[in-house]
Amino acid sequence: MISATLSLNKQKNTDLTRPSEKYESLTRMAIQALLRHRSGMAGLIIIISLAVLALLAPVIAPYDPLEMRAPDRFQPPSSTYFFGTDEFGRDIFSRILYGTRIAFSVGVISIGIATVVGVATGLVAGYAGGTFDTIIMRLFDTLLAFPVILLAIVILAMLGPGSLNAILAVAIVNIPAFARLTRANVLVEKNKEYVEATRSVGAKPPRIVFRTIFPNTVSTILVQITVALASAVLLESALSFLGLGTPLPAPSWGSMLSVGRGYLAFAPWYGIFPGLAITLMVMGFYLLGDGLRDALDPRRQKLI
Amino acid sequence: MGKYAIKRLIQIIPVLIIVSIAVFSIIHLIPGDPAEIMAGSNATDEQVAALRHQYGLDKPIWSQYLIWLENVATGNLGYSLTNGFPVNKLLLQRIPATIELAIAAAIIGTLIAFPLGIIAALKPGSFIDFFSTLFSALSFAVPSFWLAILLILLFSLQFKLLPPSGRPDFSEEPIEHLKSLIMPALTLGIAMAAKLTRYLRSSMLDVLHQDYVRTARSKGLSERSVVVRHAIRNALIPVITVFGLQIGDLLSGAIIVESIFSWPGVGRLTIQAISWRDYSILQASVMFIVFAFLLVNLLTDLTYGLINPRIRYE
Repeated sequence: MISATLSLNKQKNTDLTRPSEKYESLTRMAIQALLRHRSGMAGLIIIISLAVLALLAPVIAPYDPLEMRAPDRFQPPSSTYFFGTDEFGRDIFSRILYGTRIAFSVGVISIGIATVVGVATGLVAGYAGGTFDTIIMRLFDTLLAFPVILLAIVILAMLGPGSLNAILAVAIVNIPAFARLTRANVLVEKNKEYVEATRSVGAKPPRIVFRTIFPNTVSTILVQITVALASAVLLESALSFLGLGTPLPAPSWGSMLSVGRGYLAFAPWYGIFPGLAITLMVMGFYLLGDGLRDALDPRRQKLI
Repeated sequence: MGKYAIKRLIQIIPVLIIVSIAVFSIIHLIPGDPAEIMAGSNATDEQVAALRHQYGLDKPIWSQYLIWLENVATGNLGYSLTNGFPVNKLLLQRIPATIELAIAAAIIGTLIAFPLGIIAALKPGSFIDFFSTLFSALSFAVPSFWLAILLILLFSLQFKLLPPSGRPDFSEEPIEHLKSLIMPALTLGIAMAAKLTRYLRSSMLDVLHQDYVRTARSKGLSERSVVVRHAIRNALIPVITVFGLQIGDLLSGAIIVESIFSWPGVGRLTIQAISWRDYSILQASVMFIVFAFLLVNLLTDLTYGLINPRIRYE
């Protein structure tokens, strides 16, 4: 769909270069379209703000997220403790701030792995076809036969709970979607003339796959990444909520809610703020993905 | 249609075989010897060896798989590692609660999504339209376990209307039973309604711009008749697929929601099995959920094929 934008990029690779400013202006058009996209911009602002909060957590956080102050247990929200305190007198606001780091790192690392593995298998399977393609796609079909949360739970039951394993589980459940999407793109692209042209000048399959076809799949993959990031944050918090993800006392939003649930009767704030943080981040990625989808689609750019 | 149904059934077999291998492996990939877990920490080596022999754990792995498969096919799901109880009975006890929850959630989801999605499409740009978009986006971003907590805060702790957890017996306390169903069903139903609303709205918008709707209008049919008899009927066709997928999502959503509300269904059993380290229960409940998931998807495809004949010839 955005092959127009990126086919120019690929032509650069095959020495059929058009003036580079033309290519840049198309990218700039996409960026401008995103900047004009109201909900896309809202998503971008949410994510950038959260990223800044995560980076500056040690500066902004009024307290150490792990420091216990027994006399201050279950303090309601106030000017001393913005979001109140928990069962050990820890500052919930500081814990949520540090939790942003966990959410980002789990999301980015797991989706990073899923993207690299999924896109690579999708590219190779789609281009090569044949037995390799059939086997890989059957395997992924099987993974897709499991509901996502169940698959992640089963993986964690086998590997044992923990943050690294949770990252791995989130990565694994996301691989099939990337592989299928990339493969579908490759199947469309590989018979187009520009690929034919590259082949005819003697390019070898690896070059064709990774340097010619791949750039034309980037835009759809980019959209998929933001959507996957949203669901990765949700999944990680769900796993932590079930006690299978990031272990305590690390301030993961999911495990905070899981503990807070036990004290709802007298500390309702404990069950509210961590959930608000999850919702905000998921919403940010979701809106950003929406905006990217519209901005990267030349047919929709005009509508924005 | 018959041919199509058979084709779809045959396609599901390889997936089932691989899934069964995957589920079977659960118990063998988990660190630790199941026989030792079963025997407990005080058992002697002889006792462990006896158990291993009794459950066929000393046989080669492929033969264990075939025996297991045969047992599963005949309804024997093995015995709980923690209390020796037959797993199929445990599972059967839990299935009705999950089905009840899924049906209630599907009803709630439909009741929210249909009016919202259809009215949003009929009046694009209106307040309802804006609300439906906001509702879809929010319900996607709000994790089900947080929604559950908010509902508990509101209905159990603030207004003291509904019980925060449990499932009293319907035959003994029918009112309490229904009350306990409301919050879990609402949690799952809202998540379902979110996606359903979005698809219904876009499907309705598509249909409303079709020529046959214009023709119906130009024939002088009342707006009501155009919408109900021409538009909605056709808009529902693609929505059926989404609806089927949503039922699948309900099953997986039930894993978390049942755990929060202590709803004694298969989802909660799955999580309990993990905390009990009871892998034969885990195996069975995972197998059940995946099987139900595949079955719902199959039924969805078949229904879709029934309603939309074009799909069968592909």
